[in-house]
Amino acid sequence: MKVRSRSPSFGIVPAKTTQEMTSTPTTANESLQAAVGQARAALDAHVREIVGWHFDPDTGCPFWLQWAQRQSWDPRQEIQGLDDLVRFDHFQDDWLRGGPVRRWVPKAYADRPIYVFETGGTTGVPKSRINIEDFRIDYEEFSKTLPEQHFPHGANWLMLGPSGPRRLRLAVEHLAQHRGGISFCVDLDPRWVIQLIKRGWMEHLAAYQEHIIDQAITILEAGHDIRCMFTTPKLLEALALRLQDKGTSLRKAGISGIFSGGTEFTPQWNRFAHEELLDGAFMAPTYGNTLMGLAASAPSGPHNGYTIAYYAPQPRAVLEVVDPDNPDRPVAYGQTGRVMLTTLTREFFVPRFLERDEGEREPPTAGYPWDGVSGVRPFSRFAKNTTVGVY
Amino acid sequence: MIHFPVLRWGEPYESLETEQVVHFVTGEPIARVSQANPGIVARDLRKAYRAREALREIPTSELLAMAKRAADLFMNADLPLGEGTQSPAQFVRQQSATTGLSEQMCRLNMDKLRFVLEHLDEILGSLTRGLDLEILRRGYGEENGVLRSYQATTPALGMVLPSNSPGVHTLWLPVIPMQIGLVLKPGPQEPWTPWRMAQAFFQAGIPRQSIAVYPGGAEVGAAVLHNTPRSLIFGGLATVQRYRSNPEIQVHGPGFSKILLGDDRVDDWEQYLDLMVDSVLVNSGRSCINCSGIWASRNTHQIAEALAEQLATVEALPPEDPQAQLAAFTVPGQAKAISEDIDAALESPSNEDITAKHRQGNRLVERERCAYLLPTVVHCEAPDDPMASKEYMFPFVSVVQSPQEKMLESIGDTLVASAITEDERFRRQLLDAPNIDRLNLGPIPTISLNWLQPHEGNIVDFLYRARAFQSAD
Repeated sequence: MKVRSRSPSFGIVPAKTTQEMTSTPTTANESLQAAVGQARAALDAHVREIVGWHFDPDTGCPFWLQWAQRQSWDPRQEIQGLDDLVRFDHFQDDWLRGGPVRRWVPKAYADRPIYVFETGGTTGVPKSRINIEDFRIDYEEFSKTLPEQHFPHGANWLMLGPSGPRRLRLAVEHLAQHRGGISFCVDLDPRWVIQLIKRGWMEHLAAYQEHIIDQAITILEAGHDIRCMFTTPKLLEALALRLQDKGTSLRKAGISGIFSGGTEFTPQWNRFAHEELLDGAFMAPTYGNTLMGLAASAPSGPHNGYTIAYYAPQPRAVLEVVDPDNPDRPVAYGQTGRVMLTTLTREFFVPRFLERDEGEREPPTAGYPWDGVSGVRPFSRFAKNTTVGVY
Repeated sequence: MIHFPVLRWGEPYESLETEQVVHFVTGEPIARVSQANPGIVARDLRKAYRAREALREIPTSELLAMAKRAADLFMNADLPLGEGTQSPAQFVRQQSATTGLSEQMCRLNMDKLRFVLEHLDEILGSLTRGLDLEILRRGYGEENGVLRSYQATTPALGMVLPSNSPGVHTLWLPVIPMQIGLVLKPGPQEPWTPWRMAQAFFQAGIPRQSIAVYPGGAEVGAAVLHNTPRSLIFGGLATVQRYRSNPEIQVHGPGFSKILLGDDRVDDWEQYLDLMVDSVLVNSGRSCINCSGIWASRNTHQIAEALAEQLATVEALPPEDPQAQLAAFTVPGQAKAISEDIDAALESPSNEDITAKHRQGNRLVERERCAYLLPTVVHCEAPDDPMASKEYMFPFVSVVQSPQEKMLESIGDTLVASAITEDERFRRQLLDAPNIDRLNLGPIPTISLNWLQPHEGNIVDFLYRARAFQSAD
């Protein structure tokens, strides 16, 4: 039985309202209550706007317009807020496998240059998501959460993570440019990494990782004034240990800020990284994927047992933690549930997608006056068949 | 509740992630085990050379004396555990409670470990063919007028240990006196032996920085293998197939141990019935050295009937019962899956479950939180039937009818073969058979180990390589 910092059982008690949770009549709580209320009102308005856009024959994409034709109800009339999205049931990510890819392009953007970003695809057809400006907007929003002290304007970046058809390579480069820097990139093909694991070619896997780290070290030592980087937990670990082998550290190599993401971000790993890898460099954990933007995290450390709580970039995306046996019902705060994502941008509409992750529901904070999720990890009912943290 | 920390070269480290081990009968949590993460293993093992340096400071004779003291401490002392201490009796109860082994089996395994520790000087003497062990420590030395040199292949040996049979811990006991550090990844249900043995070693004077213990998941095991130049892993067939061609990893899997009755002795099979029962039943059939196949050219039905009659008297008894001979399956569904696998193989007309008619009820005995499989004897008429080479983690044996001249080519890989024959030609063939590891000629139970002999490769050859060396001094 695995015991984490929170209960591993799925919380099936009815969710408390934010009112119940913060019932102490303090000014701070009243202020938080007000912020929560305003955020929710803004979210409901945004839901109406985005649903209106995607189901308008002049602006919507073929996929959703055709979907609406098969229904006996009109989303533009009946969706008035987040709670009404239950009428869509759950978005199936398999719909993103195979073409034609243009069925996802909103009519209003038909003449714009379109990017396609992929996820999965180690075997079979990858899932494809079209993109126009979303990745730039998402990363510009995320940029606001990065402390200038650790991610200084004008600093150059190293992108040490999955590249190729993934969003990350372009997104991190845009983030660097948005902050006035230039991004260096090392190629990494995660599909090949998964193949190596499946074939049991562990020597090749180790050699590939070494090859990636060799390139990262070469760039870091080449005098490019790189001070910020994106990387995955596994590569961060490998890079930090290699630098330690050389008698140096991430910070001494010039890195002051690291933005990272992945389901291996357990409290224990977070603590290990802070105590033994980072040497004082700042790390910003994130949760995200091709379907959503980027969920930033509230500060973590010894004060909260290194638990990382993520908050979606609402209203463009909403994360809910729901009872896996009844996804219409959120779990109580602090209880474990399955992560459900809703993406609400003019480029892409994803209602109530059940992620392959689980975590604990976190209450709103002053910085993020809406629900968050902590302890994100692969959904335990699928975990046996999931290959995570491969790069 | 008892807490097992990670031991990072002897230093306790409490992880933010813990795993509970529970009593297999009551479900009551017995201990909380800190879980390492792979990065911790990778980082710590960069300093493995310090373990070897610390051990090389101590003369081998002293290390062997410390091992003897550790044997006494392990058997008799109250040793540190959690916030307090653990007595030998508590060790037995706790190990039984989480592994499903009976307390009697735990005591026997404990005694096995004591025996090996007390005789390490003889064991190492035998495994090194009488080498002055100081030569290993110094790296070179003169023996019989010849300069000899041995180079350690690793500063520390990695061990990915199982939960199901504490007897395997005997394999790593000679490592410390060979001045090689220990990196142990315990089995999830069996943190008890690695911890208690480490504490016994420490109290006996072995440097703390020579032993690391990393409880954790499969990824921690992979990190141990990846970061130690030499390691041992225990697992099933898939694990064996994955690592068998890797010279840096010694893999221990199913033994497929067998008793082979030669044509010249098979008519006297009744003389060997007790030997056969013991080989199948001792330690609840969990060891790789337990017999899973009895091969003979004739009388196989009678052999199977007699075995079944005896083994069918074995019952699923509570772990504290001194008569308990069966260990419980504590992983949910495992016993049921094994029983179903046997039933599927029994669909072949070549096979018959002989025990079925001798026992009351089913092979599978399900309890609220665990299950037992009652001893099972299958008669198998076709040596090429998959049933002929089945091995399970309970007293199970196929009695296979096969002509003697076809036996060696049909038995497949065999860890222990007890060959009961005086036929010189057959004996020579047995001696030459590359698919047999340990060979017992004559009526010797498969479970009877001579500790002075190598087991699945010589650990000394695995940890040291002989090399040419000259010195102008």
